[in-house]
Amino acid sequence: MINVIWLILLVTGIVVAAINGRIDVVTEAVLNGAKQGVIVCAGLLSIVVFWMGLMKVAEEAGLVQSLAKLIYPLARFLYPSVPKNHPAMGSIVANMSANMLGLGSAATPLGLKAMQQLQELNPHKDRASDAMCTLLAINTSGLTIIPATVIGLRLQYGSARPTEIVITTLLATFLATTTAVILDRYFRARERRKGGWQE
Amino acid sequence: MSIVQWFASWSLPLIIAFIPTYAFLIKKVPVYDTFIDGAKGGFGTVLKLLPHLVGMLVAVTVFRESGAMELLIKALNPLLQPLGVPPEFLPMALLRSISGSGSMAVMTDIFQAHGPDSFLGRLASTMQGASDTTLYVLTVYFGSVGIKKARYAVKVGLLADLASVIAALLVTHWIFG
Repeated sequence: MINVIWLILLVTGIVVAAINGRIDVVTEAVLNGAKQGVIVCAGLLSIVVFWMGLMKVAEEAGLVQSLAKLIYPLARFLYPSVPKNHPAMGSIVANMSANMLGLGSAATPLGLKAMQQLQELNPHKDRASDAMCTLLAINTSGLTIIPATVIGLRLQYGSARPTEIVITTLLATFLATTTAVILDRYFRARERRKGGWQE
Repeated sequence: MSIVQWFASWSLPLIIAFIPTYAFLIKKVPVYDTFIDGAKGGFGTVLKLLPHLVGMLVAVTVFRESGAMELLIKALNPLLQPLGVPPEFLPMALLRSISGSGSMAVMTDIFQAHGPDSFLGRLASTMQGASDTTLYVLTVYFGSVGIKKARYAVKVGLLADLASVIAALLVTHWIFG
């Protein structure tokens, strides 16, 4: 999918430039685009390095675990099929906390661990269990409290108030995640009504 | 000062002050050493993004500079304008579920062309933070444990992405409109 989109963007651009008689623009755009990519990374470096450092401090102080404790009741509600003291619950909660703090790179390994532990509970090894579908729904809708990279990029591009989007992100992510959870429950109920999962 | 502005200005400084103070005074964490230790990891994270950003930004810049973006916008404008969707936002919304670094590239392109404080820039920022790359998450998470039958998960993931596009539009219009 990403291959097709990339190719379409590139080729349509070049074809349109040719038709418009602006083929010279292409070379310049390629060089500028590549340069822009490097500049964006340089800008990101500052905020990501700082944020990962700060989050390590939060982790060592047990603050990430405190957040996990706070959202534990929510996780119980979201994953009714996971037994109360099963290790999968711990990983699920840790994954949610890391996502909330904008620690995407830390969230993924935790999510994968949760997946493995859920697989142990899964009776059909090649078919996603209810809890796995919920874990996916929540991870794809992206629960974020602090969108650190976006703030960093806004700062880099000269925003007067780089953090002003914290509140809109919070509201939008809440709406999207709630919708994802409702859809997850809805499709599961519909599948049950139709007599369970079929090939 | 409105509550929105207050929250925007104060939330981050308070967090940045609270975390190391609590860690040092209550938990006796050697805060600076720990900070350095964690910060090291940031380098690798960003370096992994570099090829994605270069590749995507080249494609997006060529698409925009050639006039192809303008054509797309003109074609879609009558359809999107009544819904309050800026047509320049469409490529980003489409890329969001497929590639996180791709949509980030389009976001920075929007920042450059329209400014981060424009309506479009705020919308793009909200969208980028409020969603995640569904197809990536799906492939990696299910792939890692050998799940082949995803049941309704793909449908839910993509519908949730649509929901986050709509949510970002509604909220940005509401707060900054």
